[in-house]
Amino acid sequence: MSSILVVAETRRGELREITKEVVGAALGLKEESRLPVAVALIASAPDRFLGAIPAGVDEVLRVESPAEHFEAHVHERALEQLIAKESPRLVLAGHTIDSFGFAPAVAARAGTGFASDVASIRWDDGPLVTRGAYGDKLVAELDFPEQSCVVLTLRPGAFAAAAAAGSVPVREVDLELAGAAATEHLRFEDAVDTGVDIGNASLLLSVGRGMDAEDELPRFEALAERLGGVLSVSRPLVDAGWVGSDRQVGQSGKTVRPRVYLALGISGAVQHLAGIREAETVVAVNLDPEAPIFGVADFGAVADLFDVADALEGTLG
Amino acid sequence: MKLVVCVKQVATIDEELELRDDGLDADFELELNEWDAFSLETALQLREGAAEGGEVVVVTVGDEDAEEALVECLARGADRAVRIAAPELAGGEVLGIAAALAAAVEREEPDLVLCGVQSSDAASAATGVALAGRLGLPRVAVVKRVERDPASGSLTVWRELEAGASEVLGVRTPALLTIQTGSCQPRYANLRAIKQAREKPLAVCGLDELGLAPSAVPRGSRLRGLRAPETGTAARMLEGDAAELAAAIREIIEERVAR
Ligand SMILES: Cc1cc2nc3c(=O)[nH]c(=O)nc-3n(C[C@H](O)[C@H](O)[C@H](O)COP(=O)(O)OP(=O)(O)OC[C@H]3O[C@@H](n4cnc5c(N)ncnc54)[C@H](O)[C@@H]3O)c2cc1C
Ligand SMILES: Nc1ncnc2c1ncn2[C@@H]1O[C@H](COP(=O)(O)O)[C@@H](O)[C@H]1O
Repeated sequence: MSSILVVAETRRGELREITKEVVGAALGLKEESRLPVAVALIASAPDRFLGAIPAGVDEVLRVESPAEHFEAHVHERALEQLIAKESPRLVLAGHTIDSFGFAPAVAARAGTGFASDVASIRWDDGPLVTRGAYGDKLVAELDFPEQSCVVLTLRPGAFAAAAAAGSVPVREVDLELAGAAATEHLRFEDAVDTGVDIGNASLLLSVGRGMDAEDELPRFEALAERLGGVLSVSRPLVDAGWVGSDRQVGQSGKTVRPRVYLALGISGAVQHLAGIREAETVVAVNLDPEAPIFGVADFGAVADLFDVADALEGTLG
Repeated sequence: MKLVVCVKQVATIDEELELRDDGLDADFELELNEWDAFSLETALQLREGAAEGGEVVVVTVGDEDAEEALVECLARGADRAVRIAAPELAGGEVLGIAAALAAAVEREEPDLVLCGVQSSDAASAATGVALAGRLGLPRVAVVKRVERDPASGSLTVWRELEAGASEVLGVRTPALLTIQTGSCQPRYANLRAIKQAREKPLAVCGLDELGLAPSAVPRGSRLRGLRAPETGTAARMLEGDAAELAAAIREIIEERVAR
């Protein structure tokens, strides 16, 4: 029976938010595609997550994983078998770190259609999707001719999350997963708390790779403080070892909620934007008028960040 | 220890963005993918740390321009390069590229294959794991640290998770890892190394030579067109010289940040 199959994502005992967004996307296609929506819940002790599955889903496929935690190869093997058994028309997962580890391999092995980081889906006899191209400066439209099954990973934040949980019928699916795990979980490590708190600052002055001079950093930190805020950065400055990771904003850094987020020389990559979705006002300064950050900022200025920094210092007397 | 590193010459679009007339491509500049500099460095360090020594082979799918990325990797210390010339894969579709890479990697029989987490232009974050799937190799995606046990050759890897956390995993080789930025500090090549790089072996082969028939090349998707993003939600642009911009920004801060 054909369906839209959503791959649930769990970590350390919780169903992750992205699953609700992916279910939201699937439910949005239900009418036009006339396909039922099923959720593949592949986990150890899957019952503990059942209560969090959104209402509107037609069925949960309950798959008991032999690995205690998410394991990419178990997911891959399970999905290969689910595709063979259930013939879904679409397999949807989040474009998340966990999915990076299995979704492309599933598509490569099962010979399905595939696109990652999908930002929108339309239905016209099959899926038509858009995704970013050239660092999100362009939008690419893709289709999947002659593919009876298509695997898509969906951009976090691009689809409205499905509403509250409801009771959903559960079907037990028995798959051959013994020995599927190819990695051994040793432990989780959490970010160390260093006392720098960008998460609660009401003003963040955030510099990106456009600020390409390490010796200028103290100046930006001082400017942030004189304006009554805190300095934060995009990932490349942390990668270069210039700044500690406690100041990094984004998917692999911190989620911030300032009243004003002043971004200097930050292009607006999706992983950076993931950290500022809850910022009230975003002001972006960038030399490049096409920088994707201008698509999400409230205010923008096409200017050299060093000139603007000089002038901001000027206003402080 | 034999390592294969898959590298990509990426396109960057600067201030001037011009869509080609057919709407299927744009003009751009080329450079070595940021992520691949980190996976190359990881490979070089693993080779240097292996008592038995080893070889680092860099592989790309691309046209002649892409050889520049290979030469850069040779200059930084890779031993040998392979360019897969496949005009039929010019669009860079993930599953097709992965199939071409798989055919080349299989011949090398490496202990470890490294890819970048993603390429800065396509940002699919998928090619490496698709390659692992094709080769049936164990893989870990988004690795920010690797340690190798010299006796067994098995690896301990730190898989980067969201929000600064990580998962530490054990994995046996042969395996494939996709490497994250910041995992090491890539070295630069000096002038002498750049000159010498031109003398290192660089092989070019087509898909037929790799035993991959055109009908066996998968296609995950078809590009229907490229367009500029909708600007419906775009920012209100502030105008003026730096002093005027600074004044406007100060005003926004005063107004919106409660004291
Ligand atoms: C799994 C994963 C997780 C990630 N997590 C994060 C994360 O948590 N946080 C994060 O930030 N990134 C993250 N990234 C990286 C992300 O993809 C981008 O590479 C990164 O955000 C780019 O940072 P940037 O905007 O500072 O640099 P770039 O993209 O290089 O942009 C620099 C910008 O500065 C502008 N500029 C240059 N000079 C000037 C000047 N003089 N004045 C004004 N503007 C100037 C340029 O026009 C450009 O737009 C992650 C990536 C992956 C794959
Ligand atoms: N054309 C290519 N040639 C060689 N390796 C590639 C190519 N395209 C992608 N890769 C590899 O796959 C990684 C992820 O790229 P992507 O899936 O495009 O985001 C890159 O960092 C490279 O290691």
